[in-house]
Amino acid sequence: MDFEFTDEQRLLRDSVERLLADHYSFAQRRDYLAEPQGWSTALWSRYAEQGLLGLPFAEEYGGFGGGPIDIMLVMEAFGRVLALEPYLATVVLSGTALHLAGSAAQKSAILPQVAEGQTTLAFAHGERQARYDLSDVLATAKPTAHGWVLDGAKSVVLHGDGANRLIVSARTARERDDPEGIGLFLVDAKANGVARRSYPMRDGTRAAEISLSGVEVARGDALGEPGNAMPVIERVAEAGIAATSAEAVGAMEAMHALTLEYLKTRQQFGKPIGQNQVLQHRAAEMLIALEQGRSMAMLAAMTVGAPDPAERAYNIAMAKVGVGQASRFVAQNAVQLHGGIGMTEEYAVGHYFRRVMVIEHMFGDPAHHLSRLADRVQ
Amino acid sequence: MDLRFTADELAFRDELRAFIRDHLPDDIRERMRLGYSPRKEDTVCWQRILNQRGWAAFNWPKEYGGPGWTPVQRMIFLEENQLAPAPEVSSFNITMIGPVLIQFGTEEQKHRFLPRAANIDDWWCQGFSEPGAGSDLAALKTAAKRDGDHYVVNGQKIWTSTAHHADWCFCLVRTDPAAKKRQEGISFLLIDMKTPGITVRPIVSIDGSHHLNEVFFDDVRVPIDMLVGEENRGWDVAKYLLGHERTGIARLGKSKERVKFAKEAAHEMRANGKPLIDDPAFRLRVAQLETDIKALEITQFRVVSAYAKKESGKPDPLSSALKIKGTELLQATTELAMDIGGPLAMPDWAQELEALSNEPELGPAWASEATKSYLFLRAASIYGGTNEIQKNILTKAVLGL
Repeated sequence: MDFEFTDEQRLLRDSVERLLADHYSFAQRRDYLAEPQGWSTALWSRYAEQGLLGLPFAEEYGGFGGGPIDIMLVMEAFGRVLALEPYLATVVLSGTALHLAGSAAQKSAILPQVAEGQTTLAFAHGERQARYDLSDVLATAKPTAHGWVLDGAKSVVLHGDGANRLIVSARTARERDDPEGIGLFLVDAKANGVARRSYPMRDGTRAAEISLSGVEVARGDALGEPGNAMPVIERVAEAGIAATSAEAVGAMEAMHALTLEYLKTRQQFGKPIGQNQVLQHRAAEMLIALEQGRSMAMLAAMTVGAPDPAERAYNIAMAKVGVGQASRFVAQNAVQLHGGIGMTEEYAVGHYFRRVMVIEHMFGDPAHHLSRLADRVQ
Repeated sequence: MDLRFTADELAFRDELRAFIRDHLPDDIRERMRLGYSPRKEDTVCWQRILNQRGWAAFNWPKEYGGPGWTPVQRMIFLEENQLAPAPEVSSFNITMIGPVLIQFGTEEQKHRFLPRAANIDDWWCQGFSEPGAGSDLAALKTAAKRDGDHYVVNGQKIWTSTAHHADWCFCLVRTDPAAKKRQEGISFLLIDMKTPGITVRPIVSIDGSHHLNEVFFDDVRVPIDMLVGEENRGWDVAKYLLGHERTGIARLGKSKERVKFAKEAAHEMRANGKPLIDDPAFRLRVAQLETDIKALEITQFRVVSAYAKKESGKPDPLSSALKIKGTELLQATTELAMDIGGPLAMPDWAQELEALSNEPELGPAWASEATKSYLFLRAASIYGGTNEIQKNILTKAVLGL
């Protein structure tokens, strides 16, 4: 049992925090939101320079061979400043899919470009009817003489609006809800037959509805063995849960700090409102929720790479439940303790509130995962 | 960072597990499994078996008869002992008076009391709370006046757990009523419960048991060599005692063991024509409880490993979080077991069962005991510093409000 960070991990955390301290004030973030793609291309290059974009990739693909704890530290720091860049979509989700299922040729073609900041990726898996069911895939991939042709529609694809390449899931066989018969395909976002409608999520991050009609994919662009992608998709979701759990912890920290500051400065009835015990205890309960959430994010990071799928799924589901419930509690009380100012667009706390709300509804909400845990009770 | 225990830690756990499995008397194990609180003789019997192995004083250094374990090893010990399920060693003897004497006691006090505390030859109780001094402990009034080589103690303590079993009481008394700050006039005394002038009166609690007492002191003469630490510095001793390594306070092994038992019991009971264990609402409740236990387990690991790193003895403010969440979870496990019993959990048939031991069973003993535990453990969020006081501590120590 060991809860210490290595020196390398501390260096990583410090360097990310320094970079973000200089470049991610609340006002700067507002400017990035106003850029055409809704995030900062300049900072994306800085991330590349600092090695963040290749962090989890093997060295032969321009990466640094980092692990889930490194990702946790980066995502926590991103959560504290509400970073808008497509790190989750590109590096974590698509990076995991490529790492697990990509051939050496595919990895050599794509990962170094990602690491250098020249390519962004999106993981186009969810569909409108699927809600949180990973095997509810209707999009189809039919074999052709040269490869595959894709048809269907993908929904709420995180950062799918601006991604250069998409990793698209589609059925090569079987029916809806069958975990067998799903494949993953690399698709150029500008390929014929790909149409995207982009929009902001409630927290300002970008996403897209993507329709595919008769999209031709070369045989060499199938990712892994077509028809057998479900274990990869599950691991992508698990990696997403681990990463966003850490991001939510960063956001909870920031909300808790803002709330404490407000309790110490806001005067009513001639004294700081933080002198009221009812508010002190609420703040203490927020702290406990934050620390319990942090424990769960650590659990996710420490088990997302575990070899046993059942053990991994169990711990990740617990982490998703724990972080989701904690972040809802912290966020709702952060707004409540701020009173009216917490309701305003101009103040930061509501932005954090919306980020953890969006995170909570990615990859299965707490109720979804609790129900999966309940299935295992015996 | 690594969640897994090291090979050494696993070997240590296995050694403990095997020893407990082989040495815990079956009747005690079965009573614990059914949810009875351990009888005095159960606690004494098991603590002596552990002490023979050198493990009863699990958090004491070797030189004083403890095993000299690391914080991680101590955590594993507590968990394995609770999971068995075995009676827990006396907290008054082992985690309270033991560490206090090791830190503040004279050589004579250590020599006289520590081996007997470890072997539970002396049963200790704690004389802190008074009718007018509960959460506001420093308001205590029980007076100790110097008279030659004795203190003469007059006053009253309350909520004194197991005082009726106790041989000795460690007590906070007021030695300087004129002190500027209330905390500065308090001393820490060891009092022989057989001293003339002590009256113990039972308080029956809502679970029907006699666990709590009032203790009255009427001109009780205590030799001055029973003072621990300096006169009027007893508050420092009390603070040390209350803050000393509270990582075991979450009692997670106990909560885990109770959830395990609840799932077994839920196979026996039925709901909507099926075993209760198959009821979706029940399963969700268990899943939520197991998730909350997991979160607190990781938090406990964090606190223990931070403690292991510094070893300064300074309590981690997060231990207040462990106390709050740990007691909430333990209480939730008692509610779960009671609700599984349902109507069968409502009769109080313990006496009937004992009186008619040859008759057929009235109903499952665990169901009646579950309700008793539910009632008894409402105290968990009150004792050891109420959960509201713990939030005050977090407010000051961590939040700076």
